Formats: sequence, C-alpha cells, structure tokens
Amino acid sequence: MTDARILVRALVDPATTQDFDAKGWTSLIAMARAEQLMGSLAHRLDGLDHLPEKVAQLCGDARQSADHARRQALWEAEMARRVLAPLGEPVVLLKGTAYVAAGLSAGVGRSIGDLDILVRRNALDAVEQALIEQGGWEWVKDDAYDDAYYRDYMHELPPLIHKERDRMIDVHHTVLPLTAKPTPDAEAMLEDSMELANGLRVLSPADMVCHSAAHLFADGDLAGGLRNLWDIDRLLRDFGAEDGFWQALSERAQRHQLTKAVARALRLAETLYETPLGGDVASRGRAGDALYVRRLFARDGWGRETRKLLRLAFYIRSHWLRMPVMMLTKHLWTKWRKS
Amino acid sequence: MKHEFRVTVGSVGFRIGSDWKQPIDQLAALYADYPTPEIPDFTVRLFAQRPWRRFIRPSVMIGGDYMLPDAAPLSLAHGLLAAEMGMNLQMALGQRRYLLLHASAVERDGKALLMTGHSGAGKSTLSALLGERGWRFMGDEFALIDMETGALHAFPRMVSLKNEAIAVMENEVTAERLGPIMRDTPKGDIRHLRPPKEAVARMGEPAKPALLLFPRFGHASAVRTVGEAEIFVRLTQASTNYVALGEAGFDALSSLVQKIPTRAIDYPDTQSAIASVERLWAELA
Repeated sequence: MTDARILVRALVDPATTQDFDAKGWTSLIAMARAEQLMGSLAHRLDGLDHLPEKVAQLCGDARQSADHARRQALWEAEMARRVLAPLGEPVVLLKGTAYVAAGLSAGVGRSIGDLDILVRRNALDAVEQALIEQGGWEWVKDDAYDDAYYRDYMHELPPLIHKERDRMIDVHHTVLPLTAKPTPDAEAMLEDSMELANGLRVLSPADMVCHSAAHLFADGDLAGGLRNLWDIDRLLRDFGAEDGFWQALSERAQRHQLTKAVARALRLAETLYETPLGGDVASRGRAGDALYVRRLFARDGWGRETRKLLRLAFYIRSHWLRMPVMMLTKHLWTKWRKS
Repeated sequence: MKHEFRVTVGSVGFRIGSDWKQPIDQLAALYADYPTPEIPDFTVRLFAQRPWRRFIRPSVMIGGDYMLPDAAPLSLAHGLLAAEMGMNLQMALGQRRYLLLHASAVERDGKALLMTGHSGAGKSTLSALLGERGWRFMGDEFALIDMETGALHAFPRMVSLKNEAIAVMENEVTAERLGPIMRDTPKGDIRHLRPPKEAVARMGEPAKPALLLFPRFGHASAVRTVGEAEIFVRLTQASTNYVALGEAGFDALSSLVQKIPTRAIDYPDTQSAIASVERLWAELA
C-alpha cells in the first residue's frame, strides 16, 4: 500500500520523481498538503525539467503561498516586537518564525501558523499585560478550567489571538509542559539565545535542535511529525559543519534532560532524510525506531491518515508523557464531563 | 477510496473520492460533458465519520486537501451537495493562481458581466437564466481573475439552484439537465443544473470584465451608482483569497475596480432583472 515513504523520498532526492505517473504525482501532492510539506516539496522540485505542467503550476502556487506565509510571519513578529520592546525583556522567536527570521533552510517553503515566542517566566505577567492592553491581542476562549490548567501546568500561556489580524500568539516560558518528566533549562536557553538585527532573538543552534526534538518526541503525538523531522534535518544540515556544534548539541541535550528525544530525532532524521550526523548523541540503541517510522509514514495517496491503532497508541503516549497518571485521569474526567 | 470521480471545471481539476457510490454516480451524470484531468489540482473526500456510519444512518463528512475543522456532516441523500461544498472549499481555501471572487459571470462578444451579492441576491439564478438567453454561462459561484492580464476565467460548475430558483429554471430547461432534488438541506431545497453544452465546450476561453452588478432581489426596480471605495470593500468581502494573495491581489483588485463600470440593481422579479441587465449592458459595456 502507498504510504508517505514516497513523499520522504521525493524530499530527499527529487530526482526519484522522474518515473512518476499521473497517479504517483496525485498521491504525492495530496500527501505533501496533508503533511504541511507542499511548500518545502515545491522548493525541492523547483527547476526539474521532468515535471508535468500541472505539477509545475501547483508547485509555483505553493511557493508563492509560502512566500506569503513568510512575510506574514515576519510581520506578526514585528508587531509583537513593537509592543514588547518597552519591557526590555529578551523575546526569543521559536519554530517556523525563527527559521525564516534567521534565514535558515528549515524556513524555505515552510508553512507557518501561530507566532511562538519564549520569554522569562518572571516576565510572563508583564508580557501578557502588554499584549492585551497595548497590542490588541485577546483570549481565544473563556474557560476557567482550561485557563487555570494552562497557568498551572503548561509551558505557555493560554493562546491569544489578535483582534484584527486574526493571528495567534503562543507565549512560552519553557519548552515542555511543567508536568512532563524532562525539565529543560529555559533560563539557559534564553541566556544562550542570539540577537537578530531587529532586537528579537532566536535560540542557539544546539538549543534550536533540542527544542524541535522536544516538541516532536517528548510532547506531541507525532501529528505533523514528517514536517518537524524535516525541520530537524534542515537544521542539522545548516549547523552540522559549524565548529563544535555536535559537542554543544550533546551538552545541551543533557542539560535540558532531552538526550533521549534528541537521540531519537537524530536517528530518525538519518533514517528518513539521510541527514549526515556527527558526534555521539545518536549512538544509543534503535529500540522502537521502527514503530516511529511506521507511524510517521501513516498516510495514503488520498492524503488520509492510516494505521489508526498505531496513531491511537502514539496519542495515548503523548498524554502519558505530558503528565503523571493520576493527574491524567483527573484531567480526562474533567474534560469528558465538560464535553 | 472506494469510489472516485475526476472532473475539470474551467482550468481546475478535481479528484473526488467517496465511501459511497451514489454521489459519484450523480456527479458523473451531471458532469458527463466535462473533460477528465490527468493530475487534479485538488482532492475532495466524502467519508463516513465512523466505519459503521457508512451503512447505519449514513452521514457524509467533507474532507480534502483543504478542510474546515468543524464542518458538520450531511445525510447521504445530500451527498451531491457535500461534493459541491467540498469542491468549493478547495477553491476558497486553496486557489492561489487567480484572484477568486464569489460572483457569477456570463459573456457576450468576448466581454464579461460579473454579478456579486449576498446569498439570496439572485446572482446564481440570473447567470443561469442569461446562460439560456443568448449569453455564454461562465459560472454561478466563482469568478477567477487573472492577476497579470485582468482577464476573467470561467468556472462553469453545475449550477446550484436554491429554493424559488428551482421552479424558475424548471420552466426554462429540459428535465434531463437537472439533478436530483434535495429537500431540507442546511441551505434549503437544492437542485443542480447542468450548464449548456456551449458553456462547457468554451470554458477555456477567458473574457474581459466589462460590467459589474450588485443585484438585489425582492425590491422595486432601481439602479444606483456605487463609489469606488465601496466597490473595492465589497469585492474584498466577496473574495476568499484576497488576503492570501498579498500585494498581487491588491493590485489586481484595484485595477479591476478602476476599470469596470459598476451598478447596484434592485429587482422584483427575474423578467425585470433581465431587462435591466440588457439595458445597462447596452449603455455601459
């Protein structure tokens, strides 16, 4: 049965699409859209002369769309910068916005949804107040339980949305839920972050990889996993040749208690995207990797999710990782009663 | 998926997959004259919410390349409407090649008449009627503006007739051109109409936008001019992808607004609407 392997192949080696028939192209495009990788794929295929006319056209559209996403993301970051600058607090861009702001390969063709920023935990109240009172952001939903849950246990404020621009901002004070087992050192991340020309900041290369890996393997249920792993592949290719990067990655992963997640990310990036690796972070066992690969490939030629049971298992696992079992029971009970 | 149908409308190819045979057969009948795309632009999926809902009280979920997170399912009897909504959704959320206006369009002598307005204003019915009376039907839902040339590209999907419009068109065309009647859908009664053969044969031909009307049904006959700023704002509201196109969308829209003669027309019945349209066309287009 067709699975997302063909998408991964096409991203790694675009020439493998040479023998595609109409059906192959149709599947590839549906999968790339479903995995939020159409813009990245369109950039990889750009300029190949075996593309059917329709594919070339759809790729052109996707590149244009990604350009627009990039411009919008940078504008949204600038809007936040203007509101937060008077506080004199470091504001670190995370994920997609950081990649495009720093001009990294991971940002090329990437779709970007919310604006994610990291600030000092002590500055959280001031940041929240500034965004709401001066910036024009407001709460997405008014729910006392959710609100308290976010504030007590999560690594970010409840999501805020801008009244006029209709764009969300996620304000993080660390990179994993407080209830998760690993406790990344957010302070060290802020300290090591690097300033961009406009005063906003991005994480150091090693921390950027740590954060992306934490997001993928220590938090979520692997939804959007192929895209996140593509980010990691691109980051490692950008940073891998820099002096001392692999050493720094190893140290930072340890410091943030993310060695397992980073090791998994590196190994899977190597398996799927043939990422060149250095150092010894990835060198632990490969137990379970095959399951992850099966889960990441679980998509058919119609863009549908497949392997429901495996998906469910990873979903349950994501909650397991997020919180201790008694707390999970209480949380699910409350959520169920409210629904 | 189990059942599949492909169709090209204008220059846009669709692949529609379904867990059920019925909507696919209905689509195939209504779209019999249309070409089949090799590689479609968009994929639409009609699927059961839970496996058993394929058989027990079957309910059709609408999915595809582009989806709304909280779309409500439809009954299988309304499966054709689900397919239509799925195709519209792909256009509204995914189309980037053209500036998309929620408008109907007809053509004469290489020039296009555009009509836009709130649902119930009559843009769809008027375009279908004009399509039977000497105009080339170019579409009842989306007008596609080429951002470089300003030309209007046709999107003559099957016309979605609602409520009173069904009787109007039943008097106008032969029964074989009409799809099954769907009662009590979320949008009222709906029946689809197959556009004239000529509209499909010539759907690759663009036209130059020559007149824009904002029709309004249910009022005494009247014609009003509309200021440029108001036209612009109304068209931004009528466009599903204006924001997503950024500067190119702004340029295309402002150039359209500056060039095209525009009127708002009120009409009490379709006959007087057609008379107004013909008169304004002779004066302005």
